[in-house]
Amino acid sequence: MKIHEYQARNLFRKYGIPVPEGVVCHTVDEVKQNVSDKDKLRVIKAQVHVGGRGKAGGVKLANTKAEAVEKAEQILGMEIKGITVEKVLVADAVDIEKEFYVGLINDRNSKSVTLMASAEGGVEIEEVAKVSPEKIIKMPIDPSMGLMPWQARKIAIQLFSDPKEIRQCANILVKLYRLYIETDSSLAEINPLVLTPDKQVLAIDGKMNFDDNALYRQKEILSMREADKDELKEIEANAKGLSYIKLDGNIGCMVNGAGLAMATMDMIKLYGGEPANFLDIGGSSNPQKVVDAMNILLSDQNVKSVMINIFGGITRCDDVARGLVIALDQIKTNVPIVIRLSGTNAKEGLEIIKQTGLPVVETMREAAQTAIELSKK
Amino acid sequence: MSILINKDTKVIVQGITGRDGAFHTEKMKAYGTNVVGGTSPGKAGQEVEGVPVFNSVEDAVKATGANASVIFVPAAFAADAIMEASYAGIELVVCITEHVPVQDMIKVTPVLKKHGTKLIGANCPGLITPEECLIGILPAMIFKKGNVGLISRSGTLTYEVVNMLTESGLGQTTCVGIGGDAVSGLYFIDLLEMYENDPATEAVVLIGEIGGDAEEQAARFIKEKMTKPVVAFIAGQSAPPGKRMGHAGAIISSGSGTAEEKIKAFKAADVPVAKEPRDIPGLVKEKLGL
Repeated sequence: MKIHEYQARNLFRKYGIPVPEGVVCHTVDEVKQNVSDKDKLRVIKAQVHVGGRGKAGGVKLANTKAEAVEKAEQILGMEIKGITVEKVLVADAVDIEKEFYVGLINDRNSKSVTLMASAEGGVEIEEVAKVSPEKIIKMPIDPSMGLMPWQARKIAIQLFSDPKEIRQCANILVKLYRLYIETDSSLAEINPLVLTPDKQVLAIDGKMNFDDNALYRQKEILSMREADKDELKEIEANAKGLSYIKLDGNIGCMVNGAGLAMATMDMIKLYGGEPANFLDIGGSSNPQKVVDAMNILLSDQNVKSVMINIFGGITRCDDVARGLVIALDQIKTNVPIVIRLSGTNAKEGLEIIKQTGLPVVETMREAAQTAIELSKK
Repeated sequence: MSILINKDTKVIVQGITGRDGAFHTEKMKAYGTNVVGGTSPGKAGQEVEGVPVFNSVEDAVKATGANASVIFVPAAFAADAIMEASYAGIELVVCITEHVPVQDMIKVTPVLKKHGTKLIGANCPGLITPEECLIGILPAMIFKKGNVGLISRSGTLTYEVVNMLTESGLGQTTCVGIGGDAVSGLYFIDLLEMYENDPATEAVVLIGEIGGDAEEQAARFIKEKMTKPVVAFIAGQSAPPGKRMGHAGAIISSGSGTAEEKIKAFKAADVPVAKEPRDIPGLVKEKLGL
């Protein structure tokens, strides 16, 4: 689960990580009401769950309150990568002497939370990671011990030289780690972490993601969820035991199992089509799941044909076929469907499906090719 | 021969009285797996599918001499179950449960290391040595004894590939579904090393996915350490980049994780990468000179 920058800042503040003053506003009126009358340099930032908002014009500076209102008006309602900006963060801009990057992530290789830091903070951090990975310090953290102060200092010393600055940075790292663990985070970044001319170390921009599997024990984090339109669909699917991700193509696919679902998308692409989604219905033959899945699939207006790809393992194909027949009877649609069944009791399953008059095939390749043809009609 | 499990493996089922635990206990027993016991706190003395139930893994191990366990408990209790098995001296723990929080798996890791426990999963279908032992939820009927090893990050895609291997006459030594979670137990390299050392395995099929850099590491391992041929497939070649990755994700893998990079790494290690699953048996046969 993602949260907005302003929410990450609120969490930082709660855990004692210093951030400049700021306020989130949904309307221009809110900016007028909530931003103090004092004229000072402020930054107005679009709050959206996509990267690259600066380049898209979603981040602007303002010297006066009047200007802040004007810039907020420009940003509110603008589209960034297809997402409408519904709120802006109006924050005090601070003078920056130097920018740094610090972040925590669950690292697959060390199987631990890993602290990363770099003296080359700012928007180009991914480029730094690619071109000169040696400029990024990495430290895996022992889960039974947590991030100890001496470890935080070891990192801070590589970023700062003044003892007071080192102490401020180490403090921030320890607090960030506590926040990370206590909220079941999967990513916590401060980018940039800055040093101001008056030698304050501050978090300017923050990004936090959370482990979806742990949300059951993170009620406060869950209550912060502000999903956009595509994410809402994915959340709705999750609640029904389905895993759905919308893509840009026109061939809908419904598959049992995540790996097979990805391989199905690949197959569609390999034969010249474009998948409209990733959709994993899991391992059950429950007709209701198929109905739910079809409804989600077909709510995407781009879908011109549907490929259902099922490999029967423990769940037998004839059971799946019965479920499909019931489901397809309930769904009235003109979108053409092709079904591929293979695995346990595939023959019996195919016989059952044939009664529906829908095209059934035995291999993934045929199914993909048929779906692509059908999408062109 | 085989890796990890064989006809002598003694298995206990953690969460045996649950719906999934009981169902798959019956399936595993039907296949011939030596299921010697199960656990369910407070239900000691009961039986499930003719298998005695114990209060704890420790009790089950003492009474049965079990050396492997399979976990079917809900996600919130999975890490606890893994640690319980590790402390009780179980050598191989297979965690089928999905949706286990990552922080829980991170806490489990040093415990496994301390006791030398091998973990498969979580969020995996399990493993099978055909005609000897099945641990997990794999559909038994598609597997056949033979000389090909298989490691996979996914479930149904594995069945798809195994089915094709079997249909084309290629049986398997041991097939392992390692699961697709970010932090899990045994990974590609651990298993490749076991296959390399297993006299019965003559070739290995590796089914990877986008994300992380385990495939790239596997490719390096194959190039440097393996004498046996490996054939690979990468699922998710069409997935849009960066869908679930923040800056830190890109940083930790130093820019790797895409299908192209994985395929490139495999090609550099002389590992053919199948364009679609259907090409896998042919590539294996080519490598084996069949």
